[in-house]
Amino acid sequence: MTSPSATTQHEPFDHPFTGDEFGQPIIRLDGVSKQFGGHEVLRDISLTIRAGDTVCLIGESGCGKSVTMKLMASLLKPTSGHVLWDEVPIDERSDEELVRDRLRFGYLFQGAALFDSMNVFENVAFGLRQNTKMSETFMRDIVAQRLMDVGLTPATADKMPSELSGGMKKRVGLARTLALMPDIILYDEPTTGLDPIMIDVINNLILKTRKRRPVTSVVVTHEMTTVRKVADRVVMFYPLSRLQPGESQIVFEGTPEQAFDSSDPRVWQFVYGEAGERMQEFAA
Amino acid sequence: MSTATVPPRASIVHAVGRSTIGFVGTVGDLVLFSLEMLRWLLRGLPRRSVVLQNMYEVGVRSIPVVLITGLFIGMVLAIQGYAQFALLKMETRLGAVINMALVAELGPTLAATMLAGRVGSAMAAELGTMRVTEQIDALRALGANPIQYLVVPRFLACFLLIPMLTAIADGIGVVGGWLLSTTSLDIDSTYYWHHSKAYVTAWDVWTGLLKSMFFGAAISMIACYQGFHCGAGAEGVGRAATSAFVLSFVAILVLDFFLGMFLNELYRTIWPGPASFV
Repeated sequence: MTSPSATTQHEPFDHPFTGDEFGQPIIRLDGVSKQFGGHEVLRDISLTIRAGDTVCLIGESGCGKSVTMKLMASLLKPTSGHVLWDEVPIDERSDEELVRDRLRFGYLFQGAALFDSMNVFENVAFGLRQNTKMSETFMRDIVAQRLMDVGLTPATADKMPSELSGGMKKRVGLARTLALMPDIILYDEPTTGLDPIMIDVINNLILKTRKRRPVTSVVVTHEMTTVRKVADRVVMFYPLSRLQPGESQIVFEGTPEQAFDSSDPRVWQFVYGEAGERMQEFAA
Repeated sequence: MSTATVPPRASIVHAVGRSTIGFVGTVGDLVLFSLEMLRWLLRGLPRRSVVLQNMYEVGVRSIPVVLITGLFIGMVLAIQGYAQFALLKMETRLGAVINMALVAELGPTLAATMLAGRVGSAMAAELGTMRVTEQIDALRALGANPIQYLVVPRFLACFLLIPMLTAIADGIGVVGGWLLSTTSLDIDSTYYWHHSKAYVTAWDVWTGLLKSMFFGAAISMIACYQGFHCGAGAEGVGRAATSAFVLSFVAILVLDFFLGMFLNELYRTIWPGPASFV
């Protein structure tokens, strides 16, 4: 188990994850619940993400997948329970340690969340400028390289986010995420709203990123093609409002093959996109 | 026999109680938000380029609207005051009234109102949009603290530049009142300035500028708070922008009242005796 001092010595560009840690718990949710006002979204979730894994979180809209991912990155605080990074609860870290350790995470937001007031270069360079003292020339080289990594030409750097298509925004968002060379990449619906070709481009980028260097990935998605292509493990969430008393909100955890072969109607209806008896609810 | 309890009927007392609790809660949150901003301000200034960009938006781009409103308010004061003073054959003292009203009250409140309308609501809308499009989360994910990166520069810009806007409003209002009084209303310029000089003191000018700094601080904090806590979607952003202006305007008037009382008491403590004008 990693000691607290070991985790707090992490610096940007000095990543401890070399690949030797494969299989070690890197993020753990321990009995986590989350409420917004009086609205309960997550109840008593326990989930472990192991180093080097690519885990897909699936489930109906509104069942708490994105909230789970924000809890993992400490962008939200749990109402109860604990989130642990390298087996150390994040609430034991000071503000400064939290800001620094959060740099181990790259987060690709659902709508890319590019800063409207900045051009593509400034967006991709933001994390570098904020956390390093590198020269402008070196930064330009890194930004150009990251843009090429995601299939964009360096000329894109001068464009504003409003001039980009949905697919380009996602790719710029990915370039910004990759600029700080994170150990753990969290993808929040990276393919939603994209055409099938662009979905495959993004899926391949996820795979390419993992092949290039050892990273842990968590992907929230509704796309079963993404699950088939990138996932080592699938975790399915179910809305609290539909659970029977005493049931866990995580209704499935296993490989993609096991998900597609599942006999649980909640799982196979979702993975095969069949409403089944749920149609009656909407017909009523 | 049924033992089911009947929920109490919501009455006007419940509604008043709920509103009061909501108001006190919001004020408490706003104070905590402001303290958090101060904590990050004391830790170090944000990047110069970010502060300058906000100063340009808050200060430089507000100058035209402050110039226009200041000029017209000075001229309106001259027109409205002239008839009353003419009845008493005291037209030449019009300058004292116009200039006193401008530097002590109208200049600071006018500049602050313009700032709340032009900058405060835009800040709330911008930060609200950043919140609903997850840009604030993205800042955090990229190692920046949103309070330090977004709120501190806006606070500094409003707090430091509103005295400049107030001075501009004061100056142009004074010029507007003088121009109208001496050209259209045929008041002698020498007597106009003589009486102004006799009644308007440096204390009035400086306390006006000091009050404006409180207004600037309140506007920036209310606008940023509304932006950071805005509801979902376009409706939430719209509400945040409207609330930012309305609450800032109320805060300006309430602060003006209490600061006015405090500064009058301070004046009497330092210089006991009758007030300079009344």
